[in-house]
Amino acid sequence: MQIGQEGKIEAITYKSEVKNLNFYYGAFNALKSINMVLHDKKITALIGPSGCGKSTFLRCFNRMHDLYPGNRYDGEIILYPDDVNILAQNVDPIEVRMRISMVFQKPNPFPKSIYENVAYGLRVRGIKQRAILDERVELALRNAALWDEVKDRQHDLAFNLSGGQQQRLCIARALATEPEILLFDEPTSALDPIATASIEELITDLKNKVTILIVTHNMQQAARVSDYTAYMYLGELIEFGVTDTIFIKPKNKQTEDYITGRFG
Amino acid sequence: MGSINNLEEIRKIIDQHRKWDLAFTVAGVLALMIAVVTFIVLFAHMLIDGAPRLSWDFFTSFPSRRPEMAGILSAWVGTTLVMIVTAASAVPLGIGAGVYLEEYASKNLLTEIIEINVTNLAGVPSIIYGLLALGLFVYQLGFGQSILAAGLALALLILPVVIVATREAIRAIPVAIREGAYALGATKWQTVIDHLLPYSSAGILTGIIIGLARAIGETAPVITIGALTFIAFLPPAPIKNEFPFLSFEWLTAPFTVMPIQMFNWVSRPEEAFQFNAAAAGLVLVVMTLAMNGLAIYLRYRMRKTIKW
Repeated sequence: MQIGQEGKIEAITYKSEVKNLNFYYGAFNALKSINMVLHDKKITALIGPSGCGKSTFLRCFNRMHDLYPGNRYDGEIILYPDDVNILAQNVDPIEVRMRISMVFQKPNPFPKSIYENVAYGLRVRGIKQRAILDERVELALRNAALWDEVKDRQHDLAFNLSGGQQQRLCIARALATEPEILLFDEPTSALDPIATASIEELITDLKNKVTILIVTHNMQQAARVSDYTAYMYLGELIEFGVTDTIFIKPKNKQTEDYITGRFG
Repeated sequence: MGSINNLEEIRKIIDQHRKWDLAFTVAGVLALMIAVVTFIVLFAHMLIDGAPRLSWDFFTSFPSRRPEMAGILSAWVGTTLVMIVTAASAVPLGIGAGVYLEEYASKNLLTEIIEINVTNLAGVPSIIYGLLALGLFVYQLGFGQSILAAGLALALLILPVVIVATREAIRAIPVAIREGAYALGATKWQTVIDHLLPYSSAGILTGIIIGLARAIGETAPVITIGALTFIAFLPPAPIKNEFPFLSFEWLTAPFTVMPIQMFNWVSRPEEAFQFNAAAAGLVLVVMTLAMNGLAIYLRYRMRKTIKW
């Protein structure tokens, strides 16, 4: 329990808890004993220099590493409220990916229509009725702040959209299935500043709807959008806490050096 | 000091290097010309000899002892039917094998050996496939000297082409697209059927067409199997008047194909048959060129709609 902003007592609810997570690419220990939590319906940012394991960590949450041979998880990522360890051998990675969506570094729409891109996750879940698809595609596009721009051309090829629109389309695609956690892997690194601003605004708007974990290279971005920040270095979690605290008075010297730009 | 001298020296060096550019351009154009001119001369020769023989009758007549009466009816019908069997068997097998190797097979020594084998198969002389087909299809499985045996033999021959084309077309799809599908909860099969195959279809189709264009001109394996060199009847029609309307009797029928018809005519002593051979060759080349043209068009269209 903690004291909320209005002085009321708020229950802290965790959406997920990472316990002693180690990850190996073959023999290489890419993540070392990570312990962390994801607060429910909050934004958590992962920052750190290139190669520190942020993306590797993010991709553990939807078991993306299972697609390639030689990768091994050790430890737990518990998903609440049902207390399931999503890294467990007996948990189907496809089930995990149905609960946890992901938006990638570069916009990666399928070479299909805008509509079909958003509907794909629903189709995978066996939804066939046109009316339901229409309704949920519209909702997802609205939530991704793209509806007004594309409502009259939903059946155009997604490749005809601009980079920023494509990335919002990918967000809509990830949102359509109503995920419990939304993962962002440097979602604005391939976009211009204006598109970046619109994506950041969108991410902030999504906060009350879904738990978000975002990897970013851009520290200002982490400071602007996130509630919690984790600083990683060489596969270790160096410091984790409320974003304001991390940016204003970090406890760890390494974190401070990175944030103030003396390093990385 | 000396900067002007240096500049002149630099210019001299550049001029010298430029000479090599020129020399290579000339050599390259010559090399290209040899290839192109050879084809044009061959084609023109065939055109001059064969074009006068091309007529409706030429396509609708059976071969004959009299050169002016002879036609390629049995040959082109045979070629078409053999190609249907070849495509119908090589396409599903080739795509299936390609998808399996690219998406499903775990990367180990066994898969690597299989992969090397598939690539090497493309280089095996076609007569070897003919011998294999003679032993396996004609005698062992009892298909006889039939369209079915020939179609399957040519299918084996182009299988590596289809497999390699499938793999390359799938591999050309960016990892991000594949991961995007998996991240939405798609299974491997859903990813293959909803994404990988549709996005690579133009590339795969190109491979199929190039494979068929190769198979259509193959002579050695078909001779080995025992295609007839003189045939004055057509295989039973695939469509019948009475139920069930479809008939597969043609599969077991004896046959001939275009290159064998040509070979037969070329080996005749009478000069008039040489013109028949040229005309048949013309038809064969035009068929192959048309298929290659279709493949180029498909590739062009794919590049226009899907750019990664």
